[in-house]
Amino acid sequence: MKYMDKSIKEIHEALKKGEVTSRQLIDESIEKSKIIQEKCNAFVTILDDVKDSEVTDELLSGIPYGVKDNYSTKGVLSTGSSNTLKDYVPFFTATAIENLSKKGAVCVNKTALDEFGMGGTGTTCHTGIVKNPWDRTRMCAGSSAGSAAAVASGVYPYATGSDTGDSIRKPAAYCGIVGYKPTYGMISRYGLFPFASSLDHCGVLTRSVKDAAIVTDGMKGIDKNDMTSWDSSDIHLYDSIDGNVKGKKLCFIKEICDINNYPNADEKLKKHLENFMKTIEKCREVGIEVEEVSVDQKLLNATPSVYVVISCAEATSNMSNLTGFIFGPREEGERWNESLKNYRTKGFSPLIKRRFVIGSYVLQAQNKDRYFHNAQRVRRLLVDEWKKLFKTYDGVILPVGTGPAKKLEGSNDILDKNTSVLEEHLQIGNFGGFPSITIPNGFVDDLPVGVNITGNCFDDINVLNMAYALESSMNYKGQIVRSERS
Amino acid sequence: MKYRTMIGLEMHCEISETKTKVFSSAKNDFSEYPNTSVRPLDMAFPGTLPTVNKQAVRMALMMSIVLGCKQPKYLYFERKNYYYPDLPKGFQITQETKPAPIGSYGVFEYECNGKKSVRINNIHLEEDAASSDHYPSGSRINYNRAGVPLIELVTEPDFRSADEAVAFLENIRSIYQYLGISEADSKKGQVRCDVNVSLMDASLDENDPKNWGTKVEMKNVNSFGAVREAINYEIERQTELLNSNKKDEIEQETRRWDEESRTTIRMRSKVDAIDYKYFVEPNIPKFKIPNSWIDEIKNSIPRLPSERKEDYINNYGITDYDATIIVKDKRVSDFYEECIKLKANPKKASNWITTNLLGNINKLDLEFDDITLTPSMLKELIDLVEKKEISSNQAKEVFTDILTSGKTPREVVKEKGMKQMSDEVEIIRIANEVLDENPEAIEKYKKGRTNIVDFLTGQIMKKTKGTANPKVARTAMAKEIEKR
Repeated sequence: MKYMDKSIKEIHEALKKGEVTSRQLIDESIEKSKIIQEKCNAFVTILDDVKDSEVTDELLSGIPYGVKDNYSTKGVLSTGSSNTLKDYVPFFTATAIENLSKKGAVCVNKTALDEFGMGGTGTTCHTGIVKNPWDRTRMCAGSSAGSAAAVASGVYPYATGSDTGDSIRKPAAYCGIVGYKPTYGMISRYGLFPFASSLDHCGVLTRSVKDAAIVTDGMKGIDKNDMTSWDSSDIHLYDSIDGNVKGKKLCFIKEICDINNYPNADEKLKKHLENFMKTIEKCREVGIEVEEVSVDQKLLNATPSVYVVISCAEATSNMSNLTGFIFGPREEGERWNESLKNYRTKGFSPLIKRRFVIGSYVLQAQNKDRYFHNAQRVRRLLVDEWKKLFKTYDGVILPVGTGPAKKLEGSNDILDKNTSVLEEHLQIGNFGGFPSITIPNGFVDDLPVGVNITGNCFDDINVLNMAYALESSMNYKGQIVRSERS
Repeated sequence: MKYRTMIGLEMHCEISETKTKVFSSAKNDFSEYPNTSVRPLDMAFPGTLPTVNKQAVRMALMMSIVLGCKQPKYLYFERKNYYYPDLPKGFQITQETKPAPIGSYGVFEYECNGKKSVRINNIHLEEDAASSDHYPSGSRINYNRAGVPLIELVTEPDFRSADEAVAFLENIRSIYQYLGISEADSKKGQVRCDVNVSLMDASLDENDPKNWGTKVEMKNVNSFGAVREAINYEIERQTELLNSNKKDEIEQETRRWDEESRTTIRMRSKVDAIDYKYFVEPNIPKFKIPNSWIDEIKNSIPRLPSERKEDYINNYGITDYDATIIVKDKRVSDFYEECIKLKANPKKASNWITTNLLGNINKLDLEFDDITLTPSMLKELIDLVEKKEISSNQAKEVFTDILTSGKTPREVVKEKGMKQMSDEVEIIRIANEVLDENPEAIEKYKKGRTNIVDFLTGQIMKKTKGTANPKVARTAMAKEIEKR
């Protein structure tokens, strides 16, 4: 009997009934980890010697899970998938992970990511490319690539992720699972290796909306170590999901969803958007009112630039602590600045270096107003635009990406201008700190695709509830990659 | 040509009186064993986040109020990005002028041969870097200092001489002490200054920036003595260049004061100035400073030196000179006020403090904290003299003893057998003894040398080993010699 492809609730009940022990679950999860490591290269570390944990009334107790390797874990290698931290073993644990441990959750592996979360492909990890379990010639998207691959493959019911632009919600779509980042500050970022602090969110990858709620309940909470965290002790996400969506209203944006916007659209994109419109019909069937709205195309088109400017600026500053002096493999050098230069030159991948150059450039005194400050202004405009929508609607529903997972070969990070808004609109969820969830909504060419619902800050319950209702009307809840396929 | 000197100051003062550092929960005490007052943030371990120390903000706001600055509605912090081994995060969390720092645009009055005023450009709260020691074999970094709260105060170039600049710094230092913000001890490296100096044609209008000379900045001048020297050196250097028509050689540059050669040395030109790429610290949400908090802080500002000084002059009859000396150091002023509370004679207490206490501290090279003398001991000593139990000469001897011995005046008096002899009958007896031994003195007296009485009184003092009350002795001698 296998358990790791079941829901958290089912596993919990099996544990309670004594059908299975925490030890057996861990063994199953580690065995599966090793298989998926072979196939997909999803992990930085597999914890062979992990201890089982007591089964209590907590839903997460005794159940294995994965931690993205940019979370600090005491005594366990935490690399951020970067050569600059390839030997770094922290002496403190991230608050979110500490919270899960308190509930009895058992971390069995650390998952690979695009170096420090800076990438959307899962191909820039220092341990190599993470492959999509649905089709190993394809990418998982990123940066939470390892977490997505592992959850989709049934290594465990959930793994943590982090999301600065779409790093949870895009890989979730490419891997046919659920990816959720709650409102900014609901989960403490203390111990999460920063990429861009004002955009970084902790979150979770699961195979169902309810599991996402359970895990977020376990991770969240105000933290004296993170001034941006807030008290959510009166919010119980899992208990609040009842599937009642009477009177709820969603909107989708014409400029993003209308196929006529994409004159060069390929078959995949057409099918993806057709499928999206079918999902809109499903929403209406379960009782959610959905309307098409229009947003200034020019404003929407600015999204990727705003993201690049702000995230690169913050990243170049956030990662200035990586010098090799205090932690990380120190490099030789005549003087300190030479040693620092050698360490950073050797340790960072070219992609990150490019982003540091952009970040430094936009913050330079002579450029700052034109780039950095303007990006902040447009960020505000976009957030205001979304907040305006939230006055009428409970959320915005949009397709994730331009279709299913892309090929590893022949794909590069260069954006197609025509479809860039479709690829990048999830970043607006980070600009505003909005709760945002991706769920699988079908297949295009035999590969999973996803749909996203984003709501207003602190309205997490509403967002989860609508996602749950929609999920329940489709057949993709709890889906796992069939092993013959991966 | 005559020149007008324009001097501006940046004064950094560590806050020493908070329990913890400004953004981490490590102890604010870098005198501890190296690298023990350290939390993960202070060494910038990945994933650590800053949390603002409210106590430090409160102290900085108090200083902002005292300097007559405007406080911002919202509190923001910014990142100043640069690489250096003593800065583990690769940026310093500080404040710039936009958004507004903890205080902007104040005017402050200080004393330097009368009242002077200086415009404060801004005052802001930031964190200190780690301290490093350099050895031939390498350098050692002590992260105890990393994250210690620091207040930086920036003035407009309103000082016209080194004297004015130093007087201002001394005023500010004592305010930091009076407010309980910092020991402000430059020996402990708590106070560090950057000084900028420029010279302009004295006949031109100083309000027109076109007439200003080229500004030269000197970094890390770490004692007030050095500030004075550095300013005077730079005035001389620039005057010489101007007088020999080498105006072009005064460059907008950063120099450093070199303690050894006692000169300023060029560090870098303004052209090579570092771009610190400031931006608002995203991990610290903007914080609204409620008016009620500002009011509460205003109401809790303790009496400052200028107020105390006025009080001493007007209510205790102390001279301006003495009052100035007493208020210069808060600990001395507190000592004095404690004496008054104990109902010691205010003038006598002031005399003891300004001459004997501070005199001895200087002479014996003591720290104020080394002395064991307490206000109540000083009061006891003053009373012993007033009740004529000991002479004032004896009192000075007792004072020297009790300064650091931990003994009380009475204990010393007893130990040394130092009771003053005020017994008139006994003194008259001794006076006659002296007269009997000095018949030639009586002759001289009779011939009109009345001042011989002083010599004879001295003989009484000698016979009594100084214990006779001098006044009683002199009266007795004057009376007895008349009888002869």
